[in-house]
Amino acid sequence: MEKMIEIIDLVYEYRKNEEEKVKALNEVSLNVKKGEFLAVIGHNGSGKSTMAKHMNALLLPSGGKVYVHGLDTLDESSLWNIRQSAGMVFQNPDNQIVATIVEEDVAFGLENLGVDPKEIRKRVKEALEAVGMIEFSKKGPHLLSGGQKQRIAIAGVIAMKPECIILDEPTAMLDPVGRKEVMDTVKKLNKEEGITIVHITHFMDEAVDADRVVVMEEGNVVLEGKPKEVFSQVEVLKDLGLDVPQVTELAYRLRKEGINIKEDILTVDEMVKCLCQ
Amino acid sequence: MLRDITIGQYYPAASAIHRLDPRVKILSTFVYMIALFVVKNFVDYTYILVFLGASIFLSKVPFSYMIKGLKPLFLIITLTFGINIFMTKGEVLYQLGPLDITKEGISQAVFMATRLILLIIGTSLLTLTTSPINLTDGIEKLLNPFKKVGVPAHELAMMMTIALRFIPTLLEETDKIMKAQMARGADFESGNILKRAKSLVPLLVPLFISAFRRADELAMAMEARCYRGGENRTRMRELSLHTRDFIAFIVTIFVLVAVLVNRFA
Repeated sequence: MEKMIEIIDLVYEYRKNEEEKVKALNEVSLNVKKGEFLAVIGHNGSGKSTMAKHMNALLLPSGGKVYVHGLDTLDESSLWNIRQSAGMVFQNPDNQIVATIVEEDVAFGLENLGVDPKEIRKRVKEALEAVGMIEFSKKGPHLLSGGQKQRIAIAGVIAMKPECIILDEPTAMLDPVGRKEVMDTVKKLNKEEGITIVHITHFMDEAVDADRVVVMEEGNVVLEGKPKEVFSQVEVLKDLGLDVPQVTELAYRLRKEGINIKEDILTVDEMVKCLCQ
Repeated sequence: MLRDITIGQYYPAASAIHRLDPRVKILSTFVYMIALFVVKNFVDYTYILVFLGASIFLSKVPFSYMIKGLKPLFLIITLTFGINIFMTKGEVLYQLGPLDITKEGISQAVFMATRLILLIIGTSLLTLTTSPINLTDGIEKLLNPFKKVGVPAHELAMMMTIALRFIPTLLEETDKIMKAQMARGADFESGNILKRAKSLVPLLVPLFISAFRRADELAMAMEARCYRGGENRTRMRELSLHTRDFIAFIVTIFVLVAVLVNRFA
């Protein structure tokens, strides 16, 4: 499998005050494979957001290396190539929309790359179609809902034809409807366009459908594996102060009560099948 | 309560004036202003009036909108009128205590007030018929040649765009903070001006803090999308000049020439 992002012994330190230095990331190593849907979970301050910002050179390592598509993020000459191939979507939908009209905002990244105006129009249209927002192309972003704004932000990233999208808690400020909109869009892009997804979240339910889950704690990766492998370790996750998906929690409690049931149940369907046997 | 504030005063309509290139409209407004200040007698106002009247007619913007634009400047107009009427020396018509009203004063006052009113209506026609985005694009393109002497054309336009983009967001936020403070007993509506101004402090402090945080996040998001200033940047929307733009500009220049000829010849 080709590596999309390679993180080797990444350390990130920042100064809390004059003397004290804090390590937000402590020798993290992680590979993101091409075409993969990777979910990163962990609670506030676990370093997941800091790690995400290293993946497109918004932050630079204090120690260790980060390679995006084989390019070293410390090499300033490849900075724009890195940011073009690894797009990023942030948490607050309001604070990442630049222009006063939806299509202008989607065009923003392409304008920065110096793409020909005709080509920009074409790609903006394609991107808006891909996120299902084409009918809003002439609207003002302040008239849209949170989920719609976030889809515009995603359109702005995919218009730049990235190979990888890093989503830094894109659903944290959305209502359930908006969350579903965004997650459906992201999954579709992963399946249909083959875009690598790094999805950072604290909603466990969103991590269930990922190809792989990484759990972070205090600047380190503590658990890694397929969703079934990770979420079956209910006690470890609880010790870390994390939730497990509701159905997994139910399965865990049922097992505790002595009912013989598999421990790696993640979805309602699986649960129904298992109980009705 | 803050939501119904409209951004700028753009009046959307499909008119000949609306369709003109923003650059032409900005330059024409400048030419119009120059012409207005060249005029030295009432007769020459005819040219200006005909030109302005035709533009307003073509723009399909209701005349009441123009009048609305005058309201906030009513005080300045009255002041100009008052000063001119009393301060001009000449044939005394009427004495009001130590102040003389002269024949020249009246004519000067009417003349100046007319100039001011025409100036305001003329310039507001620009903002009424040009959307903020078009206006920004126009300003950027017009300032481009001055980049070499250090005018940050792209940066100014980007600042305007971002300001326009965040007006509704910050208004919404103000509303939210206001409600939050009111829920905790803040009073924004009673008391004298001083007291009311003071009560705005707990509103402005959180608003500024949040605006700075937004600025920080927006800068990060812009960088993530490869923003690196104006160099090598292209635009999706290109401005292009049509025949109608040339005609409009020639007509405007004609008005200026007519006024100049009448004044100096």
